[in-house]
Amino acid sequence: MSFNNLDQLYRSVIMDHYKNPRNKGSLDDTSVTIDMNNPTCGDRIHLTLLVEDGIVKDAKFDGEGCSISMSSASMMTQIIKGKTVEEANELAEIFSQMMLGEEYDDEKYDLGDVEALQGVAKFPARIKCATLSWKAMQKGVKEE
Amino acid sequence: MLKDIKSYFPILNQEINGSPLVYLDSAATSQKPIQVIEAVKNYYELENSNVHRGVHTLGNRATDAYEGAREKVRKFINATSTKEIIFTRGTTTSINMVASGYARQNLKEGDEIVITYMEHHANLIPWQQAAKATGAVLKYIDLEADGTISLENVRKQITSNTKIVSMGMASNVMGSINPIKEVTQIAHEHGAIMVVDAAQGAPHLRIDVQDLDCDFLAFSGHKMCAPTGIGVLYGKQAILENMEPVEFGGEMIDFVGLYDATWKELPWKFEGGTPIIAGAVGLGAAIDFLEEIGLDKIAAHEHALAAYAMDQLETIDGLAIYGPRDANKRCGLVTFNLDDVHPHDVATVLDMNGIAVRAGHHCAQPLMKWLNVSATARASFYVYNDEEDIDKLVAGLRTAKEYFNDVF
Repeated sequence: MSFNNLDQLYRSVIMDHYKNPRNKGSLDDTSVTIDMNNPTCGDRIHLTLLVEDGIVKDAKFDGEGCSISMSSASMMTQIIKGKTVEEANELAEIFSQMMLGEEYDDEKYDLGDVEALQGVAKFPARIKCATLSWKAMQKGVKEE
Repeated sequence: MLKDIKSYFPILNQEINGSPLVYLDSAATSQKPIQVIEAVKNYYELENSNVHRGVHTLGNRATDAYEGAREKVRKFINATSTKEIIFTRGTTTSINMVASGYARQNLKEGDEIVITYMEHHANLIPWQQAAKATGAVLKYIDLEADGTISLENVRKQITSNTKIVSMGMASNVMGSINPIKEVTQIAHEHGAIMVVDAAQGAPHLRIDVQDLDCDFLAFSGHKMCAPTGIGVLYGKQAILENMEPVEFGGEMIDFVGLYDATWKELPWKFEGGTPIIAGAVGLGAAIDFLEEIGLDKIAAHEHALAAYAMDQLETIDGLAIYGPRDANKRCGLVTFNLDDVHPHDVATVLDMNGIAVRAGHHCAQPLMKWLNVSATARASFYVYNDEEDIDKLVAGLRTAKEYFNDVF
């Protein structure tokens, strides 16, 4: 059995975020709290955001799920911190395009670790794992 | 078993992601033998017409095929009459018919509906809704540590207020086979009716509704080699006679006036609209196929595979199996978790090696909570699986473990 196919999906940066998640936990000082789950597989995310003056000042997540959903949440919280709500939404759109295997603007933002998730697009069954936290974030900033 | 049984299932003869397909997800849906595919094709090519209305020859052929399938189902579960066999879309629809029909017509505030912690959502949500609509109380029978049901716990929950007891014949997560006959007896002692979710029973175990003495029994065709979209609700004739239909329209009526109508006799009063004719024909062919092998042989084959699978899986360090360890207490499925590798990741690694398993909560969220896990992986077996499939599963799991523990 070969690992070649698997390496398209699992990159060391993904596994690093899975094993050492950034921004794990729950904010005490929070302006918005979102709970979202993926009813088909049982993945669950609890996202807390601190949004002030239209800027995402802080973000933390908690939850249960596979390596793809948890690493994606870790990367998402990392990249949106300090961004305006508008920019966070735009990043979510870019991420969605990346998951659909579509062309996306990779110039405007430094996507950093997030780019490691590109390979998920080739695994249709796993796209929902990757997008869960981003959907939760978009719902949160909309409510806020 | 049939010789070269895999060759009867065309879908199994293909590669997935570069490896021969190993299909271990039959508890979700089974694959279809060529006999069933041909029967459906033959029906559409030679017999297709609407039933119970044609004066023409094709109409008679379609009616004979459809009602012929009903007789096969009757015989398959040993019901006394075809009046007791209602064709539905599947187990979910069948249970909903009992919950929307019988339950709402008969329950009042303070009555009890008793189910268990291991129920599939299909045998849980309809009762939640029926309880809310009638003011009845929904109660749960607790499980033993190995996920089985003891009659002692059954007796604790069933009281003189209990009107309905509903239980799966076998758990779709732990594989455990439940003591339906004994529970039915306890339910009847307290004046309650017994509903059986046989979605995981009918494909694997010989069912005799007269021996079980259950009042309703529901199952799906697609888990037992038949097409999707066809299922069965068995009900005792005396109960069905007094139960109002839940769907109204064509096919189910006798006389129609401007402001009122009367219903056809059983079982047709419960089959509003053009029925699932080709599906029923496919189910009939699936029953013929399973009977040719023999249900007892199928059950023995699955107990043997479950035993072999558990023995082999246990050789993997850090692998936990849920449900009873005794293979004779389960049907052919094994649910497990591998160390701290999430079941989705396990399923993806297996898929890359051509092996199809289920990962997730298996439509049994309360049971996942009881097991204290958020998700599990499940390998389920049917007539076409063999020990070689299980060997490939075990090799795939070793790959997953190696990949996640050593590569990163």
